Amino acid sequence: MNPQKIASRLFFGLGFAAFAIGAQAQMTINGAGATFPYPIYSKWFDEYATVDPSVRFNYQSIGSGGGQKQILAQTVDFGASDGPMSDDNLAKAPGKLLHIPTVAGADVVAYNLAGNPALKLDSDTIAGIFLGQIKKWNDPKIVALNSGASLPDQEIVVVHRSDGSGTTYIWTDYLSKISPEWKQKVGTNTSVNWPTGLGGKGNEGVAGQIKQTPGAAGYVELIYAVQNKMSYADIKNAAGEFVKPSLESITAAMATAQIPEDFRFSITNAPGKSAYPISGATWLLVYERQKDAAKGKKLVEFLKWALTKGEDMAKELDYAPLAPQLRDRVLKRVDEIKI
Amino acid sequence: MPSASSLDVPAIAGRSLAAKMKPPSRFGDKAFEWLTMAMALAVVVLVFLVGWQLARGSSLAIRRFGFHFLTTSTWDPVAEHFGALPFIYGTVVSSLIALIIAVPLSIATAIYLTELAPLWIRHPIVSLIEMLAAIPSVILGLWGIFVMIPWLRDYPFPWLKKLFGWTPFFRGPIYGVSMLAGGIIIAIMILPIVTSVSREILRSVPNLQREAAYALGATRWEVTRIAVLSYARKGLFGAVILGLGRALGETMAVTMVIGNTPQIVASLFAPGYTLASVIANEFTEATTDLYLQALFEIGLVLFGITILANLIAQLLLKTMAVSMTTRAVQ
Repeated sequence: MNPQKIASRLFFGLGFAAFAIGAQAQMTINGAGATFPYPIYSKWFDEYATVDPSVRFNYQSIGSGGGQKQILAQTVDFGASDGPMSDDNLAKAPGKLLHIPTVAGADVVAYNLAGNPALKLDSDTIAGIFLGQIKKWNDPKIVALNSGASLPDQEIVVVHRSDGSGTTYIWTDYLSKISPEWKQKVGTNTSVNWPTGLGGKGNEGVAGQIKQTPGAAGYVELIYAVQNKMSYADIKNAAGEFVKPSLESITAAMATAQIPEDFRFSITNAPGKSAYPISGATWLLVYERQKDAAKGKKLVEFLKWALTKGEDMAKELDYAPLAPQLRDRVLKRVDEIKI
Repeated sequence: MPSASSLDVPAIAGRSLAAKMKPPSRFGDKAFEWLTMAMALAVVVLVFLVGWQLARGSSLAIRRFGFHFLTTSTWDPVAEHFGALPFIYGTVVSSLIALIIAVPLSIATAIYLTELAPLWIRHPIVSLIEMLAAIPSVILGLWGIFVMIPWLRDYPFPWLKKLFGWTPFFRGPIYGVSMLAGGIIIAIMILPIVTSVSREILRSVPNLQREAAYALGATRWEVTRIAVLSYARKGLFGAVILGLGRALGETMAVTMVIGNTPQIVASLFAPGYTLASVIANEFTEATTDLYLQALFEIGLVLFGITILANLIAQLLLKTMAVSMTTRAVQ
C-alpha cells in the first residue's frame, strides 16, 4: 500500500470517529411501522437533518402491525400504520394515541390483456371479478362498460397480495363499502380469506404474476404500476364518473371524504366528482402526552415541518399530499400535543 | 503395550527425579470436557427454549382452537377462524416433490464426481454447485417468477398434462405458480447441500472396498452399487434427511412461486401454501392478538413437523441398520 493510500484511509478513519463522537451529542427519535410510506419518510428524515442537525430519526419499516405493537409497548417514540388502529388496539394504549395522516396513495386495477386495451370498470364488475362470479373477460357486464374495446373469450386470472399489507386494507375496505356480499363473506383487513385467485408476495410479486400471466387482473399500488408501466383501469366512482387514478384524483378523494375528529378515516368510495375511489392514507401514531419533554418538542417541530414543507416533496415521489383543508386540521391537532 | 524394559528405565534412571515431578495437571482435560459439554447442552437448551417460547406465544390460540387447529382448513383473519391443515399439507407435499426431484439428481451427481468423472472436471463442477448454494433465496424467487414460471407454464406443464392428465395430479388450469413450481424451486435450493454431503460420504468410502470388488471381477457399475453405495447407504440417507430439514423450512423463494392459496387439491398445477410462507406473509401486519398467536402456533406446528421428520428418519435408519446386519449374517 502506498503512503498516500494509508494517509487517506487514516483520514477517513479519523473522520468517521469524529462523526461518531458528533452523533453522540445528537438526539435520536425512533419510529417503526408502515412500509408503504417508507420512501417519503426516509426522504423527510434526510432533508430534516439539514433543517435541525441536532436530531436524528431512525425509522424501521417493519409493517403496520409491528408499528402499532411497538407504539403500544412504548418501545418507539412514534409508530406508523397504513390503516387506522382498531378500537380494541387503541384501548390497550397507556395514553391517548393520536392519528396523524401524512400522505395518501391508491390501489389500481392492473391487467394483462393482448393489445393493452384501455379498460373501464365499475364497482359491480370489480366485486364480481374478485368474488369469482365474473370469470371471463368478455362477460356482458365488462363488455357493456367497454363498448369500443375488443375483449377476448379468456379466463380472468385474479391475482392478490398474499402478504398482509396496507394495500390490501385499502382494497378490501373499498370492496366492503361497495359490495354487501363482500362485506359479509370476506370483510376488511390487511389480509383476508380470498374467495378466488392467486397470491403474490409484495407489489413486485403481484406485478410479476400479472405481467407473466395472460388474462390476469390484480391490484397494485399506483406508484408501482406507474413505475413498471403496467396498464390499469379507470374506475367509476360514487358520483358515477370514470376516474383515472392519479395524485390529483387521490387528493380529491381526501378533500371530499367525511373525516372524523380522530382522523381515523377511510377515503375509499369518496363522493367527489373527480375522486378516485380506491384511495387510502397512511398515518403516524403519536401519544398526545409526551413523556420525554425534549424529545416531544423535537417531534412536534418535525411533524409541523413534515406537514408543511414535507408535503411539498410528496409529489416528487409519487405520493398524494393531504388536501389543504385536512392539512390545516391536522396541524391544529399537532399543536395540541402536550410536552 | 509397554514392555517390561521400558518400565524399568525410569526406575534405574532415578527414582528421586520421578518423585520430585508432580503428576501432570488434568485441569486442561477437564476444562475442555466441560466446555464442549456446555456447548452441546446449549444446543439442547436452545431447542427447548424455541419450543417453549412458541408454545407460550400461541397459548391463546391453542386454548381457543385446540386440536381443530390441525384439522380445519379455513384461514380467515377477519372472522378470526384459523385452521392450519392446508398449510401442513402444502409443506409436506412441496417438500416431498423437492426430495423426489433433488435426491436422484444429487446422488447421481455425487457418484459421478467421486467415482467416474475425470479429475480435471471435478473441481469446477463442485465449485459451481457450491455457488448455487450461495444464491440468496429472494433472488431465486424473483428468477422463479420471471424466468422459471413462464417457461414451466408454456412447455413442461402442458406436456405433463397431455401425458399424465388422466391422473388426478396433473389436471385443471395451468397458471404457472403452483405446488409443483414450489417443489421445483425447493429442489433447486436443497440440491447443493444434498450433493456436497453425499459427495463427502462417498469419498469417505475406503478404497479397499472398491479394490476388493474389482478384484472379484466386478464391473464399474457393480463396484459402485455393491462396494460404494451399500457401504454409504446410511450416510446418504442422512444427507437426504438434511435436505428434507431445509426443504420444510424454505420460505422466501417458495412464497414467491407457490401461489399462496390455502387449499387442499390433488392437482399439482393448483396453487398451494406452506407453513413457513404464511408466517413470512402475514406476521408483519398481524394486528390482533389471536391472529398473531395463530401465526405463532403455525410456527409451533412447523417446529413439530421438523422434529417428527427427524424422529421418523432415526427410526428408518435403525431398521435399515438391522436389515443390513441380517443380510450380512445370511
